[in-house]
Amino acid sequence: MSGEAETHGEDALAATGADAAAAHGADAAHSANSGLQIHPMDQFVVHPLFGDGPIHWYTPTNVTLWMAIAVLLIALMMVVGTRGRAIVPSRFQSIAELAYGFVRKMVEDVAGKDALPFFPYIMTLFMFIVFANFLGLVPMSFTTTAHIAVTAMLALAVFLTVTIVGFVKNGTKFLGLFWVSSAPLPLRPILAIIELISYFVRPVSHSIRLGGNMMAGHAVIKVFAGFAGVLGVGAVAPIAAITAIYGLEILVAFIQAYVFTILTCVYLKDALHPSH
Amino acid sequence: MAVDAHDAAASAPGMPQLDITTFPNQIFWLVVTIVVIYLILSRVALPRIGAVLAERQGTITNDIAAAEDLKRQAAEAEDAYNKALAEARSEAQTIAAEARAEIMAELADATAKADAEIAAKAAESEARIAEIREGALAAVEIVAKDTASELVAALAPTASDDAALAAAVSERLKG
Repeated sequence: MSGEAETHGEDALAATGADAAAAHGADAAHSANSGLQIHPMDQFVVHPLFGDGPIHWYTPTNVTLWMAIAVLLIALMMVVGTRGRAIVPSRFQSIAELAYGFVRKMVEDVAGKDALPFFPYIMTLFMFIVFANFLGLVPMSFTTTAHIAVTAMLALAVFLTVTIVGFVKNGTKFLGLFWVSSAPLPLRPILAIIELISYFVRPVSHSIRLGGNMMAGHAVIKVFAGFAGVLGVGAVAPIAAITAIYGLEILVAFIQAYVFTILTCVYLKDALHPSH
Repeated sequence: MAVDAHDAAASAPGMPQLDITTFPNQIFWLVVTIVVIYLILSRVALPRIGAVLAERQGTITNDIAAAEDLKRQAAEAEDAYNKALAEARSEAQTIAAEARAEIMAELADATAKADAEIAAKAAESEARIAEIREGALAAVEIVAKDTASELVAALAPTASDDAALAAAVSERLKG
């Protein structure tokens, strides 16, 4: 039974890649041969909110919608929730204060006190990623952070910020980051090359880690949901699997936001204190 | 396969994430989103939360200081109370001692007066007793003389000599 389902799944995985690209006509095609195919990547398709036209840079799409929802929720929690400015906080204010304290402590502990001017920037990244990740877990939603274009932009912004800050604060001393003075002299050039490569790989790993985690989890949930759809009433095992993976995804949603933020702090620390 | 069916429509690779025609759109809206969140957080939310946290810290510090102040005041009040108590006690002792001395003096005075009165009365009484005793002695002599003269008159009516009788009675009474 499950073997059969897997074969279907694999077929579907092979097929859906192409399906997904045919964004607009896809829905009709799927319903035509439903029950046999699973389209785990369809949830990531970017499509315009109104009409079927081409996607220009300014077109309001589902990306726009879900980013706007994230902005609204962040504003609701951080601004409306703290409206009372209460000494004894309300529930929403407690959450907002918790988030504030969490990120601020992270910045202070990891990057040091002199990184505090960057706290609003890091807080912005954290709040956006954590809200986008959790919004992606709402059924039928769209996960903006599962897109490499989004995570790459975030990572690139961090990379550029850190590099510019490093050179502005330390001048050419920032290059000491690549020159490991504690290593034996003959090794240093080799280490410098390795350090240089690892420095430029940072934004890549930084962005793919977040985007990949988000995409993989959601795709797996979708695959199991496809199994459940095929099995109909007897779909106990796939539903149990979906529940388990959903729980895991909640964990991943937070941990990936945390990892992205703490890595940003680590890179910032390198920029502010480049000596090893 | 489905791949063939969709080949015409699919100019993009398998994952929607790699469809670069949507990149400008995503990047544009991401930049808008991040800028809006940044403005909301840095202009409104973070200063407000920071202020609230600082205010709370200040309130807690003030409250602790006030509590310490009150505690110090309570200790001072207790000291003052103890001091007042000790003073009151010593004063009470002084007053008691004074009262006792006064009472003792009055008592001694009264005792002396009473003693004097008693002595006076005793002397008076003694005088009267002596008087009475003398009166009694005189009465005894008179009675003895009378009795003797009556006896003499009754026994030997001829031999009555009053003067000699009186002298004899007086002689016997002295003896």
